[in-house]
Amino acid sequence: MSSDQDHLKETDTEARFEFKKEEKSAFEAEKGLTEETVRVISEDKDEPEWMLQRRLRALKQFQEMPMPEGWPGAPDLSEVDIEDIVPYIRPDIETRGGAESWEDLPEEIQDTFDKLGIPEAEKNALSGVGAQYESEIVYQNMQERWEEKGVIFCDMDKAVQEHEDLVKEHFMTKCVPPSDNKFAALHGAVWSGGSFVYIPEDTTVEMPVQAYFRMNSEGMGQFEHTLIIAEDNSEVHYIEGCSAPKYSAFNLHSGGVEVFVGENAHVQYSTVQNWSKNTYNLNTKRAICEADGTMEWVSGSMGSKATMLYPSTVLKGPGATDNHITIAMAGEGQDIDTGAKVYHNAPETKSTIESKSIAKDGGRTNYRGLVHIADGAENSSTSVECDALMFDNESTSDTMPYMEIQESKVDVAHEATVGKIGDEDVFYLQSRGLDDDDAKQMIVAGFIEPITEELPIEYAVELNRLIELEMEGSLG
Amino acid sequence: MAVLEINNLHAEVAEEDGETILQGVNLEVESGEIHALMGPNGSGKSTTAKIIAGHPAYKVTDGEVLIHLEDDEFGEDFEIPEDLRTWNLLDLEPNERAALGIFLGFQYPAEIEGVTMVNFLRTALNAKLEEREELFEDEDEEAESEGGDTNEDAAGYDTSPMEGNVEEGEIGVAEFQEILQEKMEQLDMDERFASRYLNAGFSGGEKKQNEVLQAAILEPSIAVLDEIDSGLDIDRLQDVSNGINALRDEQGAGILQITHYQRILDYVEPDHVHVMLDGQIAKSGGPELAEQLEDEGYDWVREEAYEAA
Repeated sequence: MSSDQDHLKETDTEARFEFKKEEKSAFEAEKGLTEETVRVISEDKDEPEWMLQRRLRALKQFQEMPMPEGWPGAPDLSEVDIEDIVPYIRPDIETRGGAESWEDLPEEIQDTFDKLGIPEAEKNALSGVGAQYESEIVYQNMQERWEEKGVIFCDMDKAVQEHEDLVKEHFMTKCVPPSDNKFAALHGAVWSGGSFVYIPEDTTVEMPVQAYFRMNSEGMGQFEHTLIIAEDNSEVHYIEGCSAPKYSAFNLHSGGVEVFVGENAHVQYSTVQNWSKNTYNLNTKRAICEADGTMEWVSGSMGSKATMLYPSTVLKGPGATDNHITIAMAGEGQDIDTGAKVYHNAPETKSTIESKSIAKDGGRTNYRGLVHIADGAENSSTSVECDALMFDNESTSDTMPYMEIQESKVDVAHEATVGKIGDEDVFYLQSRGLDDDDAKQMIVAGFIEPITEELPIEYAVELNRLIELEMEGSLG
Repeated sequence: MAVLEINNLHAEVAEEDGETILQGVNLEVESGEIHALMGPNGSGKSTTAKIIAGHPAYKVTDGEVLIHLEDDEFGEDFEIPEDLRTWNLLDLEPNERAALGIFLGFQYPAEIEGVTMVNFLRTALNAKLEEREELFEDEDEEAESEGGDTNEDAAGYDTSPMEGNVEEGEIGVAEFQEILQEKMEQLDMDERFASRYLNAGFSGGEKKQNEVLQAAILEPSIAVLDEIDSGLDIDRLQDVSNGINALRDEQGAGILQITHYQRILDYVEPDHVHVMLDGQIAKSGGPELAEQLEDEGYDWVREEAYEAA
């Protein structure tokens, strides 16, 4: 350990804070993500040594791995300069509470809150101002209700301290190792915040576990980690984020999600996200599903400049099931590359993927999927359905479904449709009294209905409203 | 009471060197009347219907399509100012035409996945009522109302984000359910229709029935029904016909019934029958004209038209 680190440990909090401040300019001058940065993050969180070591290993992997290259049609990431990431990490930690005040938020985001009709108090909470308080209340309520059953729902940083054994066993070990991809490695090195959910055996959490304010209250959601452990015969529906746009000073978001679905357990992970339009959204989300377990991914991806997100499930035990429902929307200057990955590694496993995308004003959407059926995974079945809706001739939509089938006794179905929003459909609705905008909106709302029906009503409503706003072009 | 008046309507397909389809159509339909518009394929019947409703695929090169409204057309509470009783539909968007009481029943209605009948119809009805208010609003009121809207928006939702904005004068979900149920019973439709997606997976007959249901709910002054009888079995034909008669008898709508066949006219008895040939109305008459066409075809009308020219 360096003498700097020793020095850090010995000083009191205030001095450490000072140290950080002093060091800040030095960090900024430095090129690339360094070991020192990682040590400071870990130190700042008072993490156990093993976590620091994991971070450092991840960092090493990050430094050694190439950027995702050679993917056909992959979004252009040339603007994502790793050298630029480092200076951003420091202010991330310091401005834990998010934006200082409502006025500091970009106009675009303020405008969105206004248009969503969210009252001032809620806006403040969602934008990070005073959200710490609010979010603790959320956690508190959950705990009181479920803690006697052994359910845990808390902040990921806190979980490292209070549920160390569980985290140590599961955190980026078997599900999403840092070696998975360059951004998973980056995530492993600099992760911060996120949710930890633990559902003991034979426990059903009837209400959705929601991290509604969390992302924003942390103010450091750029590298948040979500770890969900559902033991055998348990059931939980976890909902992440909210439709409220997350303000970010940074241009890179690289989250990590790990879900462990025990035997005969059932986990639904739903997310509705809307990123600011300067964000590169590069995530790794994966579930491991034991025998007869069920994993369901429901996601709405909005905003961002470029998104690369392919939630994946490993169907490890016989009879395991995976369902994906995803929706993506790309407007001007946006490249939304999303899809799903499923590994059928056991017999009698089932998967369905339903992907919906909407492209307008020259935006691009792409479905990129991989279904792998291993040799011996007999009597497994998969069904992939991708529908794209386009508003104009400038927008583009691609479908890239890869199928790796190594077993012959399987049932594989794939179906893709790409359609332009039909003039006849719009005219039909107009002739019934809807104006042009409302008609298109109704068609889009219908198009994404399979997603919205899976979500609790408030998410569905806000997803619809967000799409409404996007379609007005009012988010710029 | 409303009158649809088509004068000297010329139109072509809205693309470069588009084919000319209508060559001087003249027609007048009053509310309370049933007109049958007949003629061979390609004579311009459907085009006429679509132009009345404002389909963007056609370009009008000459003529006008007017609607004249009496002051009590939209109920006793809705007084139409004297200077706003006549409108040229060609200047208006399709939804504005709908707000003035025009309804087009489609031969091939669109299928819209994910949009339930009940949601669609309520939205359409509310949109129509709102558009109507806007069309007839005088400028002072308009300024006032816009101010009001802004305040409403700024206040956000009153109770919960889930309920959405219920604006004054809108028909709510519960109230609409009742209206829908009643109309569906009248048309002998299964109540499960309400929760199905708009026309998605409907049989041909169900689609036609659905068009009539929509007309019944939107209460048009003038309903243009484009081959609403095609592809119907006899039972369904009777249901649809009953619906059309009810539109006229109970709501006082004027009907322009486009059809190839005499068959539906046995159930929906027209006051006037028009024969369209080559983009013009070549002959008009009473119900007996339809019977004669059934027996003798269109050739004799064509010959007559040549002779006259």
